[in-house]
Amino acid sequence: MAPLNRVVTRIAVATVLLLVRATSADVLPDDRADLFYSKYSGGGMDITGESVAVHKNITDNFALEGNYFVDKVSGASVDVLSQASQIKDERKQKTITAEFIHDKTTYTASFIDSVERDYKSNTTSFSLSQSMFGDLTTLNLGWSHTHDSVGENNGTAFVPIINWLGHAEDTSYSVGLSQIFTKNLIVSATFQVITDDGYLANPYRSITYLDPSSAKGYSLASQVYPDTRTSTAVQGQAKYYLPYRAAITGSYRYFRDTWGLIGNTYELDYTHPFGNVWTLEGRFRFYKQNHATFYSNEFPFADAQNFMARDQDLAASENTTIGAKATYAFLTNGWKMFKRGTVTLDISRIQFHYLDFTDIKDYPQDLPDDAPLYHFDATVLQVYMSMYF
Amino acid sequence: MTRLRCLTLMGAMMLLNACGGIQPWVKPYERDHLADPIMAWDRDPISTAYMDHIRETREGSRGATGSGGGGCGCN
Repeated sequence: MAPLNRVVTRIAVATVLLLVRATSADVLPDDRADLFYSKYSGGGMDITGESVAVHKNITDNFALEGNYFVDKVSGASVDVLSQASQIKDERKQKTITAEFIHDKTTYTASFIDSVERDYKSNTTSFSLSQSMFGDLTTLNLGWSHTHDSVGENNGTAFVPIINWLGHAEDTSYSVGLSQIFTKNLIVSATFQVITDDGYLANPYRSITYLDPSSAKGYSLASQVYPDTRTSTAVQGQAKYYLPYRAAITGSYRYFRDTWGLIGNTYELDYTHPFGNVWTLEGRFRFYKQNHATFYSNEFPFADAQNFMARDQDLAASENTTIGAKATYAFLTNGWKMFKRGTVTLDISRIQFHYLDFTDIKDYPQDLPDDAPLYHFDATVLQVYMSMYF
Repeated sequence: MTRLRCLTLMGAMMLLNACGGIQPWVKPYERDHLADPIMAWDRDPISTAYMDHIRETREGSRGATGSGGGGCGCN
């Protein structure tokens, strides 16, 4: 679960930044409460997530937001299964965010605390959003710092014995610019740099190397990662209001890091409302990456390199997502303290294909490089309700 | 060299002056389409962050998805 937690924390920071983006005008958004449920099934893993969030404007220019998120993981991905180790874990995350608006500037600060039995993480983040040139342009600056404690469960899912392996720190800097071009077109660009330092490997995954002394012909060993990583990503987005009431969004992201990974992401989204009650949305996403320089599906012998990984995240891969979302609005004329409410159902289907990562779980008789390439489909279901007041 | 500095300074002042004179070419009363909720960069931040989480646990890429900025200027 260790890298999962690190990712989740980074995502939580992104959530805060998204909230800034969603509210980056010069007034605070409506008070809002959200209930969220999610279920991910695929690749041998089931992950359920439950979340409650409340945004409350304390004054005209100051707001507080709290979010509590619990996710439960059962099963294990294919590279963990290959070591016959099952995961059953729960993670609890608390986030508190403060927003302050002064004139054309929005300041946001947040603190995130995430705990599971083999991983602890704390993140502090600050961001600033500035509107200018008649509110046609918005500049966003973001910074965050995360401290992680990384452990490994050497016991069982029910009787854990945690061996704490080390710490990791990451710092993120981001710059974003959003520009209104016409009365129907808005465009944005974002640049983000993230630096990591410390224990960055996933302790639950292993490399494979050829070993004539083993009955299978190969053996497993611990991964060895570099202690540092720096990544840069730039994303461009355009959103266009069609001649009838509908919106289309296109985006592209280019990513590269000091581990030799290069990733390209393409997304297309179409949103079509029906009156003021229903809004339907469809989306398509394609992603492709090469492998990290120190990744190999099968190393020729033990200690073949200084750094060695066989983590599927670092393999060459591509995936395609098709998703649909339906939102139903109710109480559109308000009721008592509520201005309106929405219920949303969102389903995505993702097909993952690995280009140099093989399935040694289902083909244990094969050497890693002789086994078939791994692929799997995942379904992501989300149901959530938002009340505005 | 002094002449070059003078020219650079004059150019910078002209640019600054030009910036000061920028007028919004999309007037506030022309932003009804941009103010429509379907034009929000992200209508459901918790959901978006969750999907990013799903992807980042399976992909090597990360970042640049959450701070693109708003800028509707609808208010």
